[in-house]
Amino acid sequence: MAEPSTLRDATAPVEPRQGGAFARWLDRRGWSDILIGGPYIWLLLLFLVPFLIVVAMSVATKTSTAPPISWGGEVPLLNWEPYQRVLSDGLYLRAFLTSVMNAGIAMILCLFIGYPMALGLVRVAPSWRNILLMLVILPFWTSFLLRVYAWMGLMGRNSWFNGMLTDAWNFLVPIDWAVRSIPMMNSNFAVVLVMVYTYLPFMILPLYASLERLDTTLDEAAMDLGSRPARVFWDVTLPQSVPGIIAGGMLVFIPAAGELVIPSLVGNASSPMIGRLISDEFSMARDWPMASAIAVMLLLLMVVPTMLYSHYQAKAGGSK
Amino acid sequence: MALPDAGTGAAPFLRIEGVSKSFGSFKAVNDVSLTVEKGEIFALLGGSGCGKTTLLRMLAGFEEPTAGRIFLDGRDMAGVQPWDRPVHMMFQSYALFPHMTVAKNIGYGLKHEKMTKAERDARVREMLDLVQLTQFAGRKPHQISGGQRQRVALARALARQPKLLLLDEPLAALDKKLREHTQFELMSIQQRTGVTFIVVTHDQEEAMTLADRIAVMDKGVVRQIGSPTEIYEFPNSRFVASFIGSITSFEAKVAGREGAHLVVDVPALGGRILARDVPGVVEGQAVTLAVRPEKLNLTKERPESPNAVEGMVKDLAYFGKDSLYRIALPSGALVQAHAVNARRGMEAARVADWDDKIWLSFDPGSAIVLAD
Ligand SMILES: Nc1ncnc2c1ncn2[C@@H]1O[C@H](COP(=O)(O)OP(=O)(O)OP(=O)(O)O)[C@@H](O)[C@H]1O
Ligand SMILES: [Mg+2]
Repeated sequence: MAEPSTLRDATAPVEPRQGGAFARWLDRRGWSDILIGGPYIWLLLLFLVPFLIVVAMSVATKTSTAPPISWGGEVPLLNWEPYQRVLSDGLYLRAFLTSVMNAGIAMILCLFIGYPMALGLVRVAPSWRNILLMLVILPFWTSFLLRVYAWMGLMGRNSWFNGMLTDAWNFLVPIDWAVRSIPMMNSNFAVVLVMVYTYLPFMILPLYASLERLDTTLDEAAMDLGSRPARVFWDVTLPQSVPGIIAGGMLVFIPAAGELVIPSLVGNASSPMIGRLISDEFSMARDWPMASAIAVMLLLLMVVPTMLYSHYQAKAGGSK
Repeated sequence: MALPDAGTGAAPFLRIEGVSKSFGSFKAVNDVSLTVEKGEIFALLGGSGCGKTTLLRMLAGFEEPTAGRIFLDGRDMAGVQPWDRPVHMMFQSYALFPHMTVAKNIGYGLKHEKMTKAERDARVREMLDLVQLTQFAGRKPHQISGGQRQRVALARALARQPKLLLLDEPLAALDKKLREHTQFELMSIQQRTGVTFIVVTHDQEEAMTLADRIAVMDKGVVRQIGSPTEIYEFPNSRFVASFIGSITSFEAKVAGREGAHLVVDVPALGGRILARDVPGVVEGQAVTLAVRPEKLNLTKERPESPNAVEGMVKDLAYFGKDSLYRIALPSGALVQAHAVNARRGMEAARVADWDDKIWLSFDPGSAIVLAD
C-alpha cells in the first residue's frame, strides 16, 4: 500500500495550479488522451458493458418474477445449466451448424459475386464509377423488410418468377423430373438467396476500397516481367486485396450468422437458425438465462476466429 | 529477317521509325526516329511532359504507337504484348510488389523461364550479389531504404536477362549524394551485364555522365541526337544549347565566309567576328551566336585572337577554384565569363577587379552559330 502513494506523491505536486482534481488531470494528460480515449469509452459503454450484462444473465436462474431472473437467494448464484443444455441438446448444436453453414455459403457466394463487381468498379472509367457505386447502395433506400417480402413474392409457388424457372427446368430435364412448381420458399436455399441479396453491398464496398487503393503500375510491372493478365490478377491483385476480402467476409458472415428476420420469413421452421432460437427463448419461453447463454456462445463463435486472424496479422509484421 | 537491312549485320539493335503517339488531339510523341546500338547506354533527355515516359511505354508495349514502327533486334514489335517482349522496365516509382520479399520480387520474372528451382534460386542469389543486397533477401520492400529499393528494382528488371532495359528516371527518387554514387554503380552494372540501357532523365548532368549517346527531346520531338561531347560542343539549336549547360548568346547576322570560318556581324560585340562554319546558313541570314562561359578568355592586354572586345568588370563572384565575371561591353551588353583562379594569393588570384578594364576574347572554333 505504501508504494502507490509514494508514486502519487512524486507526480502530483508538479503543477500547483488552481482548479479541481479533474482540471489538473486534464492539464497533465492533455486533451489528446481524451480524443484517443473516445472510441474506447464508446466501446466500453455500448459493447463491453451490455455484453457483461448478458454474461451475467446467462448464469442467473430463471424465475417467475419480473424480470424473470435471479441471482442468489433460494437459487444458486452461478447457474451453469443453460450452457450445459446448449452443449448437450442437439437442437441448439444443429441450429449453430445451420447458422454457420448458411452464413458461410452466403459469404462465399457474396465473395464470388462481389469480387468481379468490385474489380469492375475500379477498372471502369471514372465518370461511370460514381453512378455504379450509387447503384450498389441504391437498394438500401427501400425498407429491408419490404425487399424480403418482395423476394417472398417472387419465390412463391404462383409467382411469374417461379413459373419461369419451372418452365426452364421442365424444358431442360427429362420428362420424369418435371415439376408443377419449384419449392423455393421455406428452405435454406431461400435463406441463403435472400442473405446474398441483402449482404452483397457489405462485401462489395470493402473490396472496392481495398482494390481502389492498389497501384496499377504494379500490374504493369508484373506484365512487363512476363505475366499474362490472369496471372497478374493471381500474383498481384488478389494477394493485395486479402484485407478487403477478410473485412467483407466478416461484414457478411457475422450479421448473417445471427440473422433473425430472413430465416423467420423465408426459412425452414423445422431447422431454425440460432437467431430464431435466441428470440424464442427470450420472448416466448421467457427463459432469459438460456437466451443469454446462446448469445454468449454465438459471440464466442464469432470473436475467436477474428482474434486469431488479428493475432496472425500482427505476427506477419504489418505487411500492407 | 524479312527486313531489307536486317541481314547485313550492320542493322541497329533498336530502330524507332517515325513513331508518334497522340492522346486525343494532343501529340505526346511526334515523329521520333532514332537507333540504339547493342550494349549502349542511351539517354532520353528532356523537360517535364516532353514525352519521355510515353516513348518508353511504347517500347515496353504498354502503349501502341499511333504511327510509326519499332524494330528490336530485327523484329517488328507492333502488336507484341508486354509479356512477350524481351524488354524490361524499371519504373519511375520502382513498382516493387509490397507483399513479396526482396528475393521473391527479384525472382518474379524467372517463373516464366524454363528453369529448375535450384537454377532459379542461384540466379536470384547472383542478382542479390550484383546489387549487394544479399543480407536483405528476406525483407519486404517497406523495410528497406529508398536506395536499396532502387537496387531491388534494377535487379528484378535484370534477372531475366532482357535484351533491352528501360529505366524511367532511375535516380530521381534518391538524394544528391546517393545519386552520384549510384550513377557509377549503374554504369558498372551495365558494363558487367552488357544489356542495352535506355535511360530517361530530365537531369542533363546525369545524362552526360551516364550515356554513350543522348537524344534531347522537346514537346514530343527529338531535337538532337549525339554523344555528350557532340551535344555540348556542337548544339544544333538554341533550345539544345541552352538546355545543356549555360551559354551566352547574341543576335547576329551572317556577313560571309572567310576560309574555313564564317564571318558574322554581332552588334552587341561591336563588330565582326569569326565563328565555326556550319552548313546551311547563307549570307544575310539572321542567326544566334553562342559561346560557353568557360570558353571566354579574360586578359589584361589585348590578345592575339581575331575575336576580341574590351569591356569593364561590373560584377564578380569568387568560387574558390574559379571566379564568375559579369562584364559590360561598350554596346551596353552584359556578358558572363568564368576564369580559373590559377595564381595563389589574396589579390593576385583574380584576373581583374571591379571597374577594371579587361579584354574578352574567344577562339573562332568555340563560337557557335545557331540558325534555329
Ligand atoms: N494516358 C494519357 N492520356 C492523356 N495524356 C497523356 C497520357 N499520358 C501522358 N500524357 C501527356 O503526354 C505528355 C507527355 O507525358 P510523359 O509522361 O511522356 O512526359 P515525361 O517526359 O515522362 O515527363 P516527366 O519528366 O514529368 O515524367 C504530357 O503532357 C502528358 O500530360
Ligand atoms: Mg516521366
